[in-house]
Amino acid sequence: MPGENNSSQQTALEAGINRIHLPFSTVVQITMNSLKIRFWRSMVTASGIFLGIAFLSYVSTNLLTSEGQGIEERARLVWLVVMSLLVSTVGIVNSMLMSVTERFREIGTMKCLGAPDDFVVKLFFVEAVFTGAVSSVGGWVVGYLGSVIAKSFSIGLIHSFQAVGAVRTLELAVGCIVIGVFVTLIATIAPARSAAAMPAAAALRTEV
Amino acid sequence: MAVTEYVVRTKDVVKEFKMGQETMRALNGISVDIIRGEYISIMGPSGSGKSTLFNAIGGLDKPDSGSVFINDVDMAQLDANELAFLRCHTIGYIFQTFNLITVMTALENVRLPTIFAGKGTEEGTERAIELLNLVGLGHRLHHKPSELSGGQQQRVACARALANNPSIILADEPTGNLDSKTGAEIIDLLRRLNKEQGVTIISATHDYKMLDVSDRIIWIRDGKVDKIENRSDISIHVGGMDGH
Repeated sequence: MPGENNSSQQTALEAGINRIHLPFSTVVQITMNSLKIRFWRSMVTASGIFLGIAFLSYVSTNLLTSEGQGIEERARLVWLVVMSLLVSTVGIVNSMLMSVTERFREIGTMKCLGAPDDFVVKLFFVEAVFTGAVSSVGGWVVGYLGSVIAKSFSIGLIHSFQAVGAVRTLELAVGCIVIGVFVTLIATIAPARSAAAMPAAAALRTEV
Repeated sequence: MAVTEYVVRTKDVVKEFKMGQETMRALNGISVDIIRGEYISIMGPSGSGKSTLFNAIGGLDKPDSGSVFINDVDMAQLDANELAFLRCHTIGYIFQTFNLITVMTALENVRLPTIFAGKGTEEGTERAIELLNLVGLGHRLHHKPSELSGGQQQRVACARALANNPSIILADEPTGNLDSKTGAEIIDLLRRLNKEQGVTIISATHDYKMLDVSDRIIWIRDGKVDKIENRSDISIHVGGMDGH
């Protein structure tokens, strides 16, 4: 009977939907594999984030060690920090947008093979958190050390570290990493979500 | 009681595309019924709406009006997750441009749909090896698409399409990017899968070699069904010509 066939199909569909809960480890495994295989491409993307955060970290450390200098000099440094924040945001958004849009076809293919929309978004989520965190940590270390070492030529290395202080070093680290990961995440998830929500045919047609 | 089982039915499917100011009607009321186990070729000149029909049947694009039924389920009623489930379990896709995931090996590509179906790695790997052997690529399991020829890539795509035992394989110009000998191999492979696994094959094409193996040929012209021919009718027709 066509009617019976219909209802049994529907229940099979419903039962199946409850069953598709891909384990998070699968998502992590696929993402890490994809990052590893696209190693150089991943490095280029990561360097966009890395440089932005290194710049931010460098000028922020300069600002922290600028006590005793004139009000004008400090105002100039604040201005530099604001600028570096803008530059790093644009840099990160640019790298991540490119890295997602060049994979629209891959998203379309995965959808054809039966990947649920949220699975595709999860892949990019894990990739963004990982790339963002690793390159932000790297950027922070390099920017911070760069500033401290530059300062050490005038006041010596020990004094230079002391000028920043442990608490503010930690605050700076947290700030840089949070900003790096957050901006990377937003810049990745927004295009990935819209790609996943597209009809598969549209995603497949995309040419970059 | 022998009831004809329709695996795909479309009713008055209309799809329009906006091109600047003008609206182009790619599909203008297409109704076809496809029986389980058939080998169907959709023929027509480029721009006739073949690929648009293919996308509508495969649930890759939503028609503007009309309905598509897969196994008596109206696709318009399905939400995104249900569509994903349908694509995963019921339909296998083969494309002109192969569309393998370039960073994955042949084995990983074929295993991917089994992951989406919730199967374990071991079970998926076993299935993928079995299918790659079936398409004659058992010795190329760990090669990336870039290390395979066009014909081999398309065979990987055929194996991938079969991963979750679909009832339908949709092939959009599967021989379009292959030379004629390799194309013929893919056609043979599809025919074999159709005969041995009982999977319904619907193939958009303008490769005339496809006609020889098809049960029925649906001719599309200007977004409409021009005519539907049975393979047997063509044989009689050809025979008649030979007689004179």
